[in-house]
Amino acid sequence: MRTEVSTYQMRYQMTAGDHGSPIQLLSPDGERHPNEHFDHYLDDVDGESGAQTLASLYEDMVVARRIDAEGTALQRQGQLGLWPPFVGQEAAQIGSAHAIGADDFIFPSYREIGVAYVRGASLPDLVRQWRGNAHSGWDPFALNMAPSQVVIGAQTLHAVGYAMGVLFDGAETAAVTYFGDGATSQGDVNESMVFAASYQAPVVFFCQNNHWAISEPVGLQAHVPIARRAPGFGIPSARVDGNDVLACLAVTREALERAHSGNGPSYIEAVTYRMGPHTTADDPTRYRDPNELEDWKERDPIARFEAYLGGLGLLDDELRSRVAAKADAVAAELREATIHMPDPAPGSLFEHVYAGPHSVLDRQRDQFERYHGGISSATLVEGGH
Amino acid sequence: MIEQNPLVQMTFAKALNAGLRRAMERDPRVVLMGEDIGKLGGVFRVTDALQKDFGAHRVIDTPLAESGIMGTAIGMAYRGYRPIVEIQFDGFLYPAFDQIVSQVAKLHFRSLGRVKVPITVRIPFGGGIGSPEHHSESPEAYFVHTAGLRVISPSNPQDAYAMIQEAVASDDPVVFLEPKRRYHDKGDVDTSVGLDGPGGLAMGSARVASEGRDVTLVAYGPLVKTCLDAAIAASDEGVSVEVIDLRSLSPIDYATLETSVRKTGRLVIAHEASRTGGLGAEIAASIAERCFYYLEHAPVRVTGFDIPYPYSKLEFYHLPDLDRILDGVDRVLGRPNSLSGTEEGE
Ligand SMILES: Cc1ncc(C[n+]2csc(CCOP(=O)(O)OP(=O)(O)O)c2C)c(N)n1
Ligand SMILES: [Mg+2]
Repeated sequence: MRTEVSTYQMRYQMTAGDHGSPIQLLSPDGERHPNEHFDHYLDDVDGESGAQTLASLYEDMVVARRIDAEGTALQRQGQLGLWPPFVGQEAAQIGSAHAIGADDFIFPSYREIGVAYVRGASLPDLVRQWRGNAHSGWDPFALNMAPSQVVIGAQTLHAVGYAMGVLFDGAETAAVTYFGDGATSQGDVNESMVFAASYQAPVVFFCQNNHWAISEPVGLQAHVPIARRAPGFGIPSARVDGNDVLACLAVTREALERAHSGNGPSYIEAVTYRMGPHTTADDPTRYRDPNELEDWKERDPIARFEAYLGGLGLLDDELRSRVAAKADAVAAELREATIHMPDPAPGSLFEHVYAGPHSVLDRQRDQFERYHGGISSATLVEGGH
Repeated sequence: MIEQNPLVQMTFAKALNAGLRRAMERDPRVVLMGEDIGKLGGVFRVTDALQKDFGAHRVIDTPLAESGIMGTAIGMAYRGYRPIVEIQFDGFLYPAFDQIVSQVAKLHFRSLGRVKVPITVRIPFGGGIGSPEHHSESPEAYFVHTAGLRVISPSNPQDAYAMIQEAVASDDPVVFLEPKRRYHDKGDVDTSVGLDGPGGLAMGSARVASEGRDVTLVAYGPLVKTCLDAAIAASDEGVSVEVIDLRSLSPIDYATLETSVRKTGRLVIAHEASRTGGLGAEIAASIAERCFYYLEHAPVRVTGFDIPYPYSKLEFYHLPDLDRILDGVDRVLGRPNSLSGTEEGE
């Protein structure tokens, strides 16, 4: 028994580290590495005309981080029931989201709040479910983005099914699904890869490996880099530096190009880090070495991008103050919208359970209204129908 | 000197932790499996410090895959282990549902009793803690409907402490439903109660939680406390309510229920789960069959509605509370109630 235990522990620790270096176009100190394969996906970013694209990536990352901080603050003040911070994952989310076309359909987990922001979700729609006012926010068909998914991994199958529909329709759009490192262990996620490969469905799997699934390190889920799993299913994959917004943008564009041109599914592992707790209910000091967080702060995605912009001479006072003002305004609006969000009407409990009438539930609704109408009201005494 | 039983005040969660610890000390083949149960001690801290004390080979953090956890637990059982599986929240057990219903529940039967499946499936269940979706469900009816599973739910720290040990010792698979909104409730626990202590074993039997003459009020898990509060409120109005804590949902201890209903002639059943096909339906039908001539009124159910568990702002409109339970008591007594003047209200 002793030896079995120590073998187990040894293997577990050995594989907790990374293998294979991820695709990186910006080094942590903000230096741009030319890349033969990926550079042509960044034609609108590199060179003279790129200033605007770069500024919009920068703005979205900064605003996203501010939304996240505001979400945490609102939860601490009792305005939200829970909040899943994505601080540290801005490059992975904003970079990939900027690659996705308006006609492509996204199937996210719960943490893609930055993606939803880029997609155009209204600010109240970002927090509605975390306040407990509804089970979802935005209209999926207005944004081409499904409601956030709490059941780990379930959405990956939905993305593949959507992509199968695209394929059978002969259309040229694609589906993109986001999920975490922990999710890669779920049967659903593995089955979704089987289906995607079998039909050569136009789908992009975007795994944000933020190194943790609540308290479980990624080494418990996989003994090889997660990206290496996909080829076993017959799906080409890439391992990308998830804190490099340009790399995330380029790699996602490549994958979508493959999907749009009839070349089937792709799988991206974006190697990033969950700098915050799992949710505001979590206490990472119970399971995580604080030095690890310090290490990852050195690789902060926004600081890296600022260094790059600075090197290009683009990070002037004008850009800085414009972006800061935008972040302030968004945060203030989010706060106002949250604090003044009206509670749902009690009767809404019974709405949308079915698309049509349902005799049993309709009767329960009548009784519910009667009960909350008060048993002594005059109308009740008269009106037994 | 007479030996006093050591009464210790504990939270519900701590009582479970102590019961698990005792079960692990008693039998080295008992192992815990689940997500985040090691260093973190589970999201509710029920397994706090157990990995530190028993090692990573007995308190096993698993990959994030419920079907995987349940299926491998079955394999461990073939090897003679007694796995205790933790499902993190009720809403996340469904990926494991196939393994539970098609495999765990049936293996003893289909192997002609040759393969025992002494797995305990711990599931924090029920609502009332302000969570997002999939964190507040009451799936008990699915399991009660599945032959081969025992289903139990403690309502207080003492029973939690004793029943978890019994569940682990059972050679049958046990679905162990923990009322998560009661995890922080405190109560006195007699730690001598347990498998190797004197009597007091709880698992298969219902408990008369408070005696009464006029109405039998049946509940389990999270609503037992609410029903006890309702009984006190009713007694202020001169109505004597007998509260029965089922503890075991499969099998149901009908002997205890029958004795009570023969005395009171009136039955109210309360649960958080949806009404249709719920435990209340089963109990009402069985008591009607067994005690028809003793009943003064049709049994009354006070339950969650037939809706998906709602967003937290409205959850207390969905969950039976003290007032709705008292309304049910009024109904079964034929007193003025929310249905008075309607057909249902007679
Ligand atoms: C089916 C299922 N099991 C368990 C959970 C509880 N849970 C919520 S998040 C989480 C960890 C997810 O980790 P990962 O996939 O890496 O995503 P991250 O949270 O890091 O973004 C777990 C276990 C769940 N939501 N769904
Ligand atoms: Mg993760």
